[in-house]
Amino acid sequence: MRSRRVRAAWDRASLGQKIAAFAGLAFLHLPVWVIFLYAFTTEDRTYQFPPPGLTLKWFEVAFARQDIWAALKLSLGVASVATAIALALGTLAAFALARSRFRGRELITLLFVLPIALPGIITGIALLSAFRMGGIQPGFWTIVVGHATFCIVIVHNNVIARLRRIPPSWVEASMDLGADGLQTFRHVLLPQIATALLAGGMLAFALSFDEIIVTLFTAGHERTLPIWFFNELFRPRERPITNVVAVTVVLITLVPILLAYRLTRPNDTRG
Amino acid sequence: MTPAIELAGVSRLFGAVRALDDVSLAIASGEFFALLGPSGSGKTTCLRLVAGFDHPTAGKVTLYGEDVTGVPPFERSVNTVFQDYALFPHMSVAENVAYGPMVRGVGAVERRQLAREVLELVQLASLADRAPSQLSGGQKQRVALARALVNRPKVLLLDEPLGALDLRLREEMQIELKAIQQKLGITFVYVTHDQGEALSMADRVAVFRDGRVEQVDTPRGLYVRPRTAFVARFVGSANVIEGALARRITGSDQAFAVRPEVIEIRAADGPPPAGLLCCEGTLEEVHYHGATSRWHLRVGDAVLTAVRQEAAAAAAIPAHGARLRLAWSRESLVPLEAR
Amino acid sequence: MPALRAAAAFLHGRRGFYLALLLLPPLLWLGIIYLGSLFALLAQSFYAIDEFTARIVPVFTLATYRQLFSHPANLDIILRTLAMAVAVTAAAAVIAFPVANYMARYATPRVKALFYVGVMLPMWTSYLVKVYAWRLVLAKQGIFSWFVDLVGLTPALDGALATPVIGGPSLASSYIGMFVVFVYMWLPFMILPLVAALERVPGTLVAASADLGARPRQTFRHVVLPLALPGLAAGSIFTFSLTLGDYIIPSVVGAPGYFIGMMVYQQQGTAGNLPLAAAFSVVPIILIAIYLALARRMGAFDAL
Repeated sequence: MRSRRVRAAWDRASLGQKIAAFAGLAFLHLPVWVIFLYAFTTEDRTYQFPPPGLTLKWFEVAFARQDIWAALKLSLGVASVATAIALALGTLAAFALARSRFRGRELITLLFVLPIALPGIITGIALLSAFRMGGIQPGFWTIVVGHATFCIVIVHNNVIARLRRIPPSWVEASMDLGADGLQTFRHVLLPQIATALLAGGMLAFALSFDEIIVTLFTAGHERTLPIWFFNELFRPRERPITNVVAVTVVLITLVPILLAYRLTRPNDTRG
Repeated sequence: MTPAIELAGVSRLFGAVRALDDVSLAIASGEFFALLGPSGSGKTTCLRLVAGFDHPTAGKVTLYGEDVTGVPPFERSVNTVFQDYALFPHMSVAENVAYGPMVRGVGAVERRQLAREVLELVQLASLADRAPSQLSGGQKQRVALARALVNRPKVLLLDEPLGALDLRLREEMQIELKAIQQKLGITFVYVTHDQGEALSMADRVAVFRDGRVEQVDTPRGLYVRPRTAFVARFVGSANVIEGALARRITGSDQAFAVRPEVIEIRAADGPPPAGLLCCEGTLEEVHYHGATSRWHLRVGDAVLTAVRQEAAAAAAIPAHGARLRLAWSRESLVPLEAR
Repeated sequence: MPALRAAAAFLHGRRGFYLALLLLPPLLWLGIIYLGSLFALLAQSFYAIDEFTARIVPVFTLATYRQLFSHPANLDIILRTLAMAVAVTAAAAVIAFPVANYMARYATPRVKALFYVGVMLPMWTSYLVKVYAWRLVLAKQGIFSWFVDLVGLTPALDGALATPVIGGPSLASSYIGMFVVFVYMWLPFMILPLVAALERVPGTLVAASADLGARPRQTFRHVVLPLALPGLAAGSIFTFSLTLGDYIIPSVVGAPGYFIGMMVYQQQGTAGNLPLAAAFSVVPIILIAIYLALARRMGAFDAL
């Protein structure tokens, strides 16, 4: 309602405020678009701007590279498994913590913030220390464990935010009309949190697909796509291919992110 | 006959707060029973214990002779109309109403039929395919009622069901609710903080205060024979007279209440009327209410209120500060229990 | 179904049991894997490496911490990282405030939606790709120097790069460049909580302030800003913590000086000194704990 109101003259944004806001937005966008441009440049040695010419040949070259395909496959696999684990555990936690009150709840809530409040490097080095102490060989599953840990938090946050918007009287009404806990979950709660689950899952997937900071510690000799990319940054000979992969990665992560955004927009929920 | 609902020594504690304190109530089958009290007096807590959303800390809840103290809401033949209606936003009106039969495993055809019947009862059959968000407040209220009635509960619980409606709609719905209750013969338990609503609709009323039941009686009984000062003031308005003033008027220390409409006002200079209790006061204010006006008079430390029919009063309103005599019959005085 | 219903009825009366059942799996995961790992990390930091065999000796010792704090170079690294984190947080707040304020209080619904997507899109764009993009932008012949040349400011840029400490041979290999990239990376994390906090300031408060005679600047200073503080604190937790722990940005863009994250990564990797890496990583944990305690006092957690 508030945003619909026409602003009175005394409370309008000044020109300076407007310029500052749009300049901030432009700052956020500049580098993203640069990448798209460079993927088509004919220059393969320097970062010359403006590019001397445009070509599609680097896409062809990248497409034929087996190492890129292997890294992509690993990344998609890890992201899928980590997302599945996160959806299950994050949703359970959200249901347990959404409305309950008990002693120690604050501590548990803190535990569910910690993996994203502490920098990724801590999660990485901590997991590595534990793996070393436990004699666990790094590989696919150690990567999954690292990713699932912060993905749980993402799913939990998404679902709990939605659960808290559901009035408790809906659950009571359902039970009052004869539905037990499972039926209430299926017919009342699940339809309400479905989009939040989907959104949380997609965010988790995108985060996992793109993760590098934790992964470098837990991957051992495995190479996810971000690790492949990271190594490439210090081997400047194949710059054009790096550009192509960069564009691909952006596109793969952006699609689920945009969908997730659509699903969680506040005005999207009915009722 | 076994009562529909019986609460025996029920208490509900939230930490150190006693939301309900040793409440005992028996509600007869087919009765329209109101739980009346200010907010926080325990009436909604009481309703939630009957519905099964909450469980008592101590005491027993019985439905038709069966102890349901620990029974979950979905195993009780009791349904609730919620204050915020609690309509499921992702279901149509018909789906909302058919929800009860659905979760009980009634087939699709039959439950559509059931839903239509109840929607006709509340005169909403034409809106069956609407979403709840497309309905007005009054329509939502009817859907909530239909949804609660579809299971044919033995007891219907209503938690301030008309609280969100405007005055005219509220009066319409009061009449309709009462009619539906009489038609179906279901026990209604009706929570409200509006004494007018309780008095006009209920067969009997329980007045709640601070987690306790202050008095249970018919509306007329409550009005004519309030047992405590709280009930006297909460149901209708009353002049509660106690202490020295009471002794001066009646010769006894016992507190009593006098309804404003039984007080007669006379000139102070005449002889004291025979057979009436009376006292003298000065006129402080006169509030105009259309058909009546309320006169506030200072008597000692207290301010007493008298209601006069406007037709009689308009002729001559004495000046402020005028000395007047207040008089009422001994029978209209209501002795109050000390609390 | 009857069995399920019986189970449901059983659980209904036992809320604690039901909660425990829900909470157990996620709690086991985070409790054992995550907390367990943090304890393993702590334990590692109290081990030391045998200088001759280069193997970890699993015996409690403070030698690693002594090594950490006795080398002036290590203290330099900690101070450098802290200074960068503080600078980045301050700059992000300054840039984010006008954006958030415009979004929350002035933008029409359509412009606001555009801003939301506009902030989310870069935030969720691949992290590595963004770092890489900045390398392209800041490179010697890159788009930034092209632009500076276009507007004829090349001498000013050269002057900035010639500044000792923060300068360097090019923007891509200077602290200025690194600072810009850090601010860029964490800016959305500052904008979003700020918008949330500012949206919660009712319009009537601004109207009331104006009604009582406050100029817009005074209203902002005395009404809007204090109420937005929790959002500012929440956002700064992200910018501060993310900067403290990052090791990719300093190794891809920036000057040769080390940062905490780089030390952790290098010590556990090429240097093979896991205990020292662990001890190094305890430093940001402590710094963040101090920062969180401060933020909590400002009510930052109400806005998360």
